[in-house]
Amino acid sequence: MSGETGRNDCAIRARGLTKRFGNFTAVDHVDLEVPARHVYGFLGPNGSGKSTTIRMLCGLLTPSEGEIDVLGLSVPREAEALRKRIGYMTQKFSLFDDLGVRENLQFMAAVQGVPKARTRQRIDELIEQYHFGDRQKQLAGTMSGGQKQRLALACAVIHDPELLFLDEPTSAVDPESRRDFWEKLFELTDAGTTMLVSTHLMDEAERCHRLAVLDRGVLVADGTPAELTGRLEGRTFVVASAQPRRAQQPLAQADDVLGVAQVGNELRVIVREGLADGDEALARLKQLLAERDPQARIEPVQPNLEDVFVAVTRQQHPGQERAA
Amino acid sequence: MNWRRLWAIVLKELRQMSRDRITLAMIVGIPVIQLVLFGYAINTNLRGLDAGIADQANSAGSRALVMDMLATGVIAPVAHADTPEELVAMLRRGQISIGVVVPPDFERRRYDGRQVAQIMVDGSDNVVQSAAAQLAQVPVDGSAPDTRAPLVSTPAAGPISIVSFYNPQRRSAVNIVPGLIGVILTMTMVLFTGIAIVRERERGNMELLIATPLTSAELMVGKVLPYIGIGLLQVTVILALGRWLFTVPIHGSLLDVYLAAGLLILANLTMGLLISTRAQSQFQAMQMTFFVFLPSILLSGFMFPFAGMPQAAQWLAEILPLTHFLRLIRGVMLRGASLWELWREVAALVAFTAVMMTAAILRFRKRLD
Repeated sequence: MSGETGRNDCAIRARGLTKRFGNFTAVDHVDLEVPARHVYGFLGPNGSGKSTTIRMLCGLLTPSEGEIDVLGLSVPREAEALRKRIGYMTQKFSLFDDLGVRENLQFMAAVQGVPKARTRQRIDELIEQYHFGDRQKQLAGTMSGGQKQRLALACAVIHDPELLFLDEPTSAVDPESRRDFWEKLFELTDAGTTMLVSTHLMDEAERCHRLAVLDRGVLVADGTPAELTGRLEGRTFVVASAQPRRAQQPLAQADDVLGVAQVGNELRVIVREGLADGDEALARLKQLLAERDPQARIEPVQPNLEDVFVAVTRQQHPGQERAA
Repeated sequence: MNWRRLWAIVLKELRQMSRDRITLAMIVGIPVIQLVLFGYAINTNLRGLDAGIADQANSAGSRALVMDMLATGVIAPVAHADTPEELVAMLRRGQISIGVVVPPDFERRRYDGRQVAQIMVDGSDNVVQSAAAQLAQVPVDGSAPDTRAPLVSTPAAGPISIVSFYNPQRRSAVNIVPGLIGVILTMTMVLFTGIAIVRERERGNMELLIATPLTSAELMVGKVLPYIGIGLLQVTVILALGRWLFTVPIHGSLLDVYLAAGLLILANLTMGLLISTRAQSQFQAMQMTFFVFLPSILLSGFMFPFAGMPQAAQWLAEILPLTHFLRLIRGVMLRGASLWELWREVAALVAFTAVMMTAAILRFRKRLD
């Protein structure tokens, strides 16, 4: 469904998107296609250009280079028209701490131009859906992190936007609240909303329909989570060792190994592409460990998104080749 | 301009303000405190100064002169002395701040029309000096002008006019209260709006606001509107207190007073907004506010007479809204003039507001970069 989707099915299309702040290039020639009615994830560490990209896409920042087409509008030229059709949830809680739940919703409804006759009903609806029935008057500043995020989402969708930008929506909330939050997001996609979610959390990334991995402003990989992990098939191994730190050293220094990470008593190892055959990789790892830790057990394992992330970012450096 | 969005901003500001206790306290607290401080501090200084009296003549006429001086209430006798030297010693010790000496040949001097008495002043205090100037106006016996005691070099004028002019009870409050309206509005209005936009930026609200269809003008005007009401409330507090505590008259029309205040409020609010678009933090906004506030107080004619300032300072003062407001409000409240007669000052304030508002809206970008 990636390349051949029709124009109407593509909510966001960006070509060569670049943003420079002085000498620093925050976003470097990013090409992007976000299909409509999907949850599209931006995965990347802090400072990888996720927020900057989102801000350019919704017209808050002017790109240094590149073209953006969002919902058929050219951004930033038609940003004002776009604002009526999108919702934006900022990384930091950006509602008014000294206004109550209902007051915040009322403010956003008026500002977003929800028809006056519909406002009351819409707010009641949201208060019900987002479980604020018993705390309508509570000041936003006194709520917990999870409640704040729920309120921010309710405010962001008050005008039924076609497209929702969410910048690290649940980085600061507990797993329980995160699950609730994602339930809401999928309800919204069912109703036809497209979503662009940035995150550095793997469990959030796994929930997205499609993902783009950003690293230092460069888009290094994209695809569905299954496609992305599929590309690593046969390249991920677990090394069980009595002395994991001892075993780590020869692996970390080897050219064929892209990444080693200790997880409890085990080491998670990703090998270079090209050792195509799983057995070849296994043999190579055994050879590396033979000297230091002959007792270690090595087994192939299903790759996960974290492995994908490590693999694609390691492949970039020092070569710095740009992925499509 | 979308009225619903504009009103949303106004309502939000009012709600936030109602939950911000410090701001609420400032709205009423600043006028009350400043009025009482300025009004009373200057008044009390001119009354009840500690005085020592050396009446060497001790005649009926000299005793009458001393009694007249005491009757002004400016001095209160705390010590009696036999010679001027004793008074000088008391002055030096700080025991008294004013000494009154009536020489032994008082009657003779009065007859000759020479100086009949001497007032010694603790010159280290300006206020005491001006108080002495008033004492010097006390007529020796009220019969003839040439028997007065022109001790401190004051212009020779009819006793009645001088007395009313220097009447301590009326002088300070009458001049201060109208001016104080301007000073308080300048301080609070610039400050409130100065931090208004910066606060949104600091708290992260701005990124949300500019991602909505809200326009720059709606945001700016919506932020300013609630404060017009606040400013007029402050004017009311000052006028009421001025009337109640100091019986300050309003010779012109009350509507003109409020219109003039409205003009100053707008000028200050728009200046605050401009500061808001420039400042990076609330602290910076405060600093910039002070940068405007100090010259306003010093150069506008509130503290020092405008005519006495050097040319360059006068030009600078002409840029400040407070200068024009002082001319307006003193004209309206004290001289009973109408705004129409003072159209130059009105025009100056309107022009200032227009320039500031335009600059603020132009400077405010609905972009983060």
